[in-house]
Formats: sequence, structure tokens, C-alpha cells
Amino acid sequence: MSRLKKRFDALNQSNRKALIPYVTAGDPNPQVTLPLMHALVAAGADVIELGVPFSDPMADGPVIQLACERALKHHVRLLDVIEMVSEFRKTDTETPVVLMGYLNPIEAIGYERFADAAVAAGVDGVLTVDLPPEEAVETSQLFRDRGLDTIYLMSPATSNARLQQICEYGSGYLYYVSVKGVTGSAALNVGEVADKINQVRAMTTLPLAVGFGIRDPQSARAIADVADGVIVGSVLVNRIAELAESPELIPEQVGQLIADMRSAMDA
Amino acid sequence: MSILTEQTAKQTYPDARGHFGPYGGRFVSETLIGALEELEAVYEQLSKDPEFQAEFDRDLAHYVGRPSPLYHAERLSAKVGGAQIYLKREDLNHTGAHKVNNTIGQALLAKFMGKPRVIAETGAGQHGVASATVAARLGLECKVYMGAEDVKRQALNVYRMRLLGAEVIPVTSGTKTLKDAMNEAMRDWVTNVDNTFYIIGTAAGPHPYPKLVRDFQCVIGRETRVQSMTQIGRLPDAVIACVGGGSNAIGMFHPFIDDTSVRMIGVEAGGHGLATGQHAAPLSDGRPGVLHGMRTYLMEDDAGQILPTHSVSAGLDYPGVGPEHSWLKDMGRAEYVAIDDNEALEAFRTLTQVEGIMPALESSHAIAYAMKMAKDMPKDKVLVVNLSGRGDKDIHTVADLDGITF
Repeated sequence: MSRLKKRFDALNQSNRKALIPYVTAGDPNPQVTLPLMHALVAAGADVIELGVPFSDPMADGPVIQLACERALKHHVRLLDVIEMVSEFRKTDTETPVVLMGYLNPIEAIGYERFADAAVAAGVDGVLTVDLPPEEAVETSQLFRDRGLDTIYLMSPATSNARLQQICEYGSGYLYYVSVKGVTGSAALNVGEVADKINQVRAMTTLPLAVGFGIRDPQSARAIADVADGVIVGSVLVNRIAELAESPELIPEQVGQLIADMRSAMDA
Repeated sequence: MSILTEQTAKQTYPDARGHFGPYGGRFVSETLIGALEELEAVYEQLSKDPEFQAEFDRDLAHYVGRPSPLYHAERLSAKVGGAQIYLKREDLNHTGAHKVNNTIGQALLAKFMGKPRVIAETGAGQHGVASATVAARLGLECKVYMGAEDVKRQALNVYRMRLLGAEVIPVTSGTKTLKDAMNEAMRDWVTNVDNTFYIIGTAAGPHPYPKLVRDFQCVIGRETRVQSMTQIGRLPDAVIACVGGGSNAIGMFHPFIDDTSVRMIGVEAGGHGLATGQHAAPLSDGRPGVLHGMRTYLMEDDAGQILPTHSVSAGLDYPGVGPEHSWLKDMGRAEYVAIDDNEALEAFRTLTQVEGIMPALESSHAIAYAMKMAKDMPKDKVLVVNLSGRGDKDIHTVADLDGITF
């Protein structure tokens, strides 16, 4: 059984919702990432989405674009990110890690080499933002053969027919983008999210996680009431940016943000 | 390849999913898929609608001023002393470049789709001006994203856009040039997709853009074919066009794909020289990858990060290229070469002084290559250069290089 499945099953049994932080690997420097990942887990994270820096993160807002730029100043490559996961696995064999990023760095090293390296390092899932299911025939086969989960996005603009398709292709969990916009956008409408989540729930048994626009314990709690997982990124990356000059404070302070959300969700 | 399969290839590509062989496609976030599907459906319907076609043709005739002349540059040809050089005068179009052919078409789509707001990215500012122009004419709100670096380089065009009522947004992320402007425009589109039409300026991006921009620009090649037959009595031996994203080139090339006697030559920006790595020539010195919604040749490092580009011409300063060019390159149907900054500047001066035609620095790359090539060819051979834009916008750049300030 995949680590993601095991984790979501366990949460389900204890009637808790998954808290899924996103951080960009190597931001603001590569030394911070490993202690930060452990701090996130200690603070109550259930799954970690680890961002792979890309020069042109088209679907992200300015916050994550700048995080990519900070990481790329240190030349953090996809293979370096995989190596970070490998280090993480030396002391944490339980927490699922999902790599989130864009297709080109994967193309550059080759799909098969990527899939092999990711599995060997202990990566559990891959979310490739600019790889919708119809372009993913080759990768999804390679990933499936190796037990890597493929996480797909769904958005408010996704048609019913596509929702159905995506439910079939996805594994691990499904990522519902809560707002029309890029990462870090405002204006989360919990009622609309709930409607859509209920609609998707009728199509699949996969866990449904919601991201984009969740910025504090209150919104985390509200989403946890309607979905199986809460994904939070820009608000963490913002704090990392504020602390870029004193990176030693990052694990604790970003961990605190997660701890506060955890308490609100479990209350 | 037999003539029949070639024709089939020409008529059916891209395939239903927007692929040109291994290139093209729709590599975007799920958040954009709905908008692209809607655009594709509307375009499929309207491109077969005689009323839409008639309105497009009317606008090209009476607003753009088409057909643009095919001009025999006799003094230039004599100076070079080889093949005859003809210029397809896209510089004479309203707004001064080929870009307007496409913005007229896309603005009509926006109108038919009932979108009150259009956005565009721009490099040199020509596409931004052409978008602001059609937006003014149709009474649409218009926002143009432009790299902060380009805003400085192309101050004149920035002011033109503002006069036309468009809002110009300097983009300060990444390399602050065309690719970053495109990222920013995509972000705007995702956010405002309900009321906004994204007018992409070149035959690139996710399906259906490479196809529809090509279709709108094909008027260049179609006219050139007819004009060649009338004025020269035969098809040219080669058609030559500069390639940044590649819309003027694909518009010239596409109608000639089946005419295997006609060489098709795309001229990329060699910048400081291919050997320096400081250029914008992915087809000459790049490899396939995925950016801006398409698989195509890119300038990237070993880790798949997009590299900064350099060209004296802002309009060619782009690390990717339209996917149909990648395919034509791999099939060997089109050839791609590079011309560096200095060669382009020299061609800019030569054409200005010998013919009294001031070409855009982008188009100067194509002129430079035509001069190189014509030299070694017999006088009865014919080269057609797509003179894609006029050079007024570049006077500041050239003056700067001459050490002149106004």
C-alpha cells in the first residue's frame, strides 16, 4: 500500500483531516529544507508537498515565483530535490512526500530516470502542474509501474466530463484548486468549494484536498470541514521570504504556522 | 514523402490535440484547460463560418490596408550582385507590422465570444500596439504585459499603447523580458478568465493558439504566392523570414509547404554570436522541452531551467519558438539559421540607405541573411524576404549604439 493511501486511511479512521504544507525546496537556501520538513511534520503536517524550483512557474503567483528565484540562485536542480527527500527518509519513513513542479525539469533529465530516482529516494507522488492527463500518457504509465502516485489538479472551471476523467487518472489524492487564479490569490468561497467537493465525491473514493487561498487557522478549519485535506503554501512561503536573512529561524516559525492550523483543524 | 502525404500533413496538422508531430500540445495547468477548450470550440466553428471569414477579410482590406505589396528591391539586389531580392511589405500594414493580421482575427474572436476585456504580452511592443489598436476600435478594455527591460528599450511603443487607451504593465519578474510578460499574461488570464480574451502575439503557446495565429497570418504567404505568379511568373526560389516566436515566418511559410521547390528559411537572433551562448536561437542551438503550454525547441540549461536570452531586437528575444517551426525543422522542410546583432544592424543601415526602407531590427535579421545568401546565387534566382515590420520603433536603439541622445 502506498504511503499516501496508508496516511489518508489512518486519518480517516481517526476522523481527522490531512494538513498538507507546500514549501519550495532550496528556498531561501538548500540547507534549510531538510530541518524545515522535519519541523513541519513535528508541527502536525500529514503530507509534504515539496516544490521543485522552476524558472517560469506560470501557474504560481508572485510569492512562489520569488521562492523559485531564491532557490535557483543556489542552482537547486530536480536531482538535488530528490536527494533532499532521500535525506529526509533517513529519519522519517512515514510521512508521504509529493514533488510539485513543472514538466520541463523532468523532461530535461528524462521521464524514466526521474521516476527511478524519485522512487529510490522515497518520493510518494508527483504533481506536475503543466501536465494535464491527456499529455501524461507516457509518464503516468512509468509512474504507475513504479508505485508513484500521480496527483492531478481540478479547478472551478473544470467541466463535469473532465472531472470524471481526472478521477480515473489520478491516484494518491486529488487537488482541488479553490479559486480562479494563481497560487496566493485571495477570495476563498467555502460554500462554493463545498458544492464542488460534494459533486466530485460522488465520482471517486480518492481523498480530496483543497488548496489556493488558505491563509490562516480559520480558513484551514473551514476547508477541513468540507474536504479530506487542506493544502497551504503561499502563506508559509511568505514567512520564509520574511526570514530569508535569518534562515535559522525558519523551521520553528513556519512550523508554528502549521501548528496553529493543526490545532484549529483538530479542535 | 509523396505529394499526397505532404498535402495531408499540411491540411491536418496540428492534430486534434494540437500536436505537430512531437511538438505543440496543451501543457498548461488545469485552471486554463476550460478556457482553451472554449476558445478551440469557438474557433473551430467560426473558422468555417463564411460571415466571420468575410468580416476578417474586410478588416484586412479596409483597416489594415491589404494586400501588402511585393516589392522588387532592385538597388539592393544590384548592390549584392546575385539573386533578385523581393520584399513582402508587411511594414506597410496599419500599425507598421504583420502583428495586426493576428490581432484583428483574435479581436474578432473576442467580440464573437462576448469578452469585454483583452490582454496581451509584448516584446518589442509591436504586438502590444496592434492589440491596443484593435481594442480601441472595438471598445474593449486592454491590458498589455511587457518586460520592464523592454519597457525601457521601447519607450516609444509604450507611449503609443497608452495613447491608444491601453494600460501597460511592466513585468519585473524573472529576466524582465518577453517570456516573463507571457507568464504574467497567463496569470492574469487564469484569474480573469470569465471576462477576458488573451490575445497571444505569436504562433506559440498552448493549443489552439499556434494553429489560429498561423491561420490568421497565412494571408502573408497566400498573397506572396499570387503576387509571385503575377509579377515574376513563377514561385520564388526561397522565402526568408525572421523567427522569434515565429508568427511572421509561419504565415509566410505555411502556404508554401507543398511547393517543395521553394526553400523556406527562418532566421533566428544570433545575439552576440551562437558561440557566446548569448542569443535567442533555440532552433539553431537549443533542444526540445516544455514551456508556455507547448513542447518545442527551447534555450535551457541541463537541469531544464529556461536560460536568459539576448538579442538587439526585443521582438526576437524569446527562449522558445512556435511548435510548427520545431516540426518543420525536424522534417527538414524548413531551414533555420542565425544572424547576429552586428549583421542585423548592418542590414538595417543598408536597406535604409539603398532602398529608403527602414526595417524593424527583427526583420533586419532576415534581410541580412538574404543578402548573404543572394551573393552566391545567379541573377535569375528569386528570394522573397518577409519585411515583417518597420524600423521607426528602433531608432532609439540604433541611436544609442551610435552614441546619440535626443
